[in-house]
Amino acid sequence: MTADHLPAFGQAPAAPPAGRRLLARALTRPSLAALLALLVVVVFFGIRAPKLVGSSGLAPVLDLAATLGIGGVAVALLLIAGQFDLSVGAVGIGSALVAALLIRGAGWSTWAALAASLGCALVVGLVNGALVLSTGMPSFLATLATFLVLEGTTVAGAHLMAGSETIGGLQSAPGWRSAAAVFDSTLHVDEGIFHVSVLWWLAVTAAATWGLWRTRFGNAVLASGGARRAARELGVPVRRTTVTLFCLTATAGWLIGTIGLLRTGGLQVSPGLGQEVDFVVVAVIGGCLLGGGYGSPVGAAVGALLYAFAREGIILAGWDSRWFQALLGVLLLVALLANGVVRSRLKAVPRS
Amino acid sequence: MSDVVSDGAHAAPPGPPVLELRQVTVRHGSVAALSRVSAPLPAGEITCVLGENGSGKSTLVSVLSGLCRHDEGELLLDGVPVRFRSPRAARAVGIATVWQDLAVAPLLSVWRNFFLGSEPTRGVWPLRRLDLDGAREVTAQAMARVGVTGLDPDQPASSLQAGERQSLAIARALHFGSRILVVDESTAPLTVAQHSLLLQAVVTARSEGLAVLLVTNNPRYAHLVGDRFLLLAGGQVAGNLTRADVDANDLIRLLTGGVEMSALTEALSGLHGAT
Repeated sequence: MTADHLPAFGQAPAAPPAGRRLLARALTRPSLAALLALLVVVVFFGIRAPKLVGSSGLAPVLDLAATLGIGGVAVALLLIAGQFDLSVGAVGIGSALVAALLIRGAGWSTWAALAASLGCALVVGLVNGALVLSTGMPSFLATLATFLVLEGTTVAGAHLMAGSETIGGLQSAPGWRSAAAVFDSTLHVDEGIFHVSVLWWLAVTAAATWGLWRTRFGNAVLASGGARRAARELGVPVRRTTVTLFCLTATAGWLIGTIGLLRTGGLQVSPGLGQEVDFVVVAVIGGCLLGGGYGSPVGAAVGALLYAFAREGIILAGWDSRWFQALLGVLLLVALLANGVVRSRLKAVPRS
Repeated sequence: MSDVVSDGAHAAPPGPPVLELRQVTVRHGSVAALSRVSAPLPAGEITCVLGENGSGKSTLVSVLSGLCRHDEGELLLDGVPVRFRSPRAARAVGIATVWQDLAVAPLLSVWRNFFLGSEPTRGVWPLRRLDLDGAREVTAQAMARVGVTGLDPDQPASSLQAGERQSLAIARALHFGSRILVVDESTAPLTVAQHSLLLQAVVTARSEGLAVLLVTNNPRYAHLVGDRFLLLAGGQVAGNLTRADVDANDLIRLLTGGVEMSALTEALSGLHGAT
């Protein structure tokens, strides 16, 4: 008796016509809504304020999108694994402060200080992961707690160690020029100044996409979020994957903080919850399912671009910039509704 | 000695136990989910585990599959004590499991599900990547082996019918299980077709010389294929019977018997002079 005789179930479904298949495939792309919205926003504001699509308008848009995108892409991976991280921005400011204090207070070289601040960021990532895994509490609350602790410590620590919220004059430190070349090169095109952070953003997005769809780690991320029990039963290292992802978001925070530190040659510590939520908003607009299991780093990058275009567009069009938040809310709502469509479509259409 | 009930499909001679449980105890907190369970799993034999809900069947599956570790006793693989750190470690020595919930991730494609936890890769470390073509090909072959053809490996698992999803879980277990196949039957009622697929897979595995552990709620189906019957009650072994000891009706009576289970088991074993 061989298994060749085992019965088959059902019939292979007939392939739908090519056109409908393409549409059905497109509807499973989580980033589709963000792409369409981006198109609409660019066309709309491009007509209202043609400067937006010129080099002088694009430079600040890309700069803002890069900062948001680096964090948003990392948060997107975490969302896909069914977790959440509010502490990215606080890690950025905190690690920049650590580096600044080490350079100015302790006289460290720039690279050594940056390595130390990266170490601190990774410790925060480990703590976040350990908290979520050991207590089983929702990662939203766990990382809200670490965010508050970090933010408070950063502001108070800056006052304690440096006497003010502003630390400056770091440019004379050894190794500063080479670090600035890596994290703060610029390219002048006409009137626009393009920063190297855009390349970092693209690199992070490409690495995250490749890692998610082409590596074992990516498969573990997808399964951890979408089917945690099945993942555990099949021996997928769910815990290790989760901790690694928290370390990745912390590293993204460090990268954002480092880019900011090297650009301004100093640091302005100011509290606020704004950016924390922005990273998550960008990832959700980019099509990450909130329950985990599916999403797209490219979508998060597009979401960041959409965010940046909308914000700069409103300013260039001469509107009250406070309208931006309302627009962002609308975009988020549209993205959430589109998410629902994608989620139901995902279950029926071939893809890889 | 009574003569062994002949079984047409079964020709492989019973070998030494590939895996053996010796006085295995598992505690969840202070509650013993399994208490001093001993059972051999010989190669080329199907051991059916029967018992009520909460009798420790699923815990037994978890121990054998590496999902949970035993607190006392020994798990012997070829006579050597082992402790699996994870289901991956158990799979590495050739133990594969068809889980009760089938362990299928709905949003992932069929081939990603098939290889989840042990994906084939190529290249060297920072560039080590999934071997997509190989994975798709193996998946299609393995699915064809259990009779599902014309399936797109890129299809999401949620688009499969219930039977196909079960086929996926079985194909995966047959592919990775080189020595021991553990099947934890779904608690949801199966159709006759689904049952027959499950049983045929189990019989196929036996004829290939695997040790098979079949956890089931249905004594009638168990008796169709089983060589040994391990009865569990309250986490303890209430009976360890061979095919010679019982017929299907005995099994049904034993399972519905509740308190008289042990007594009846003893009586039957005594009658046949074998345990």
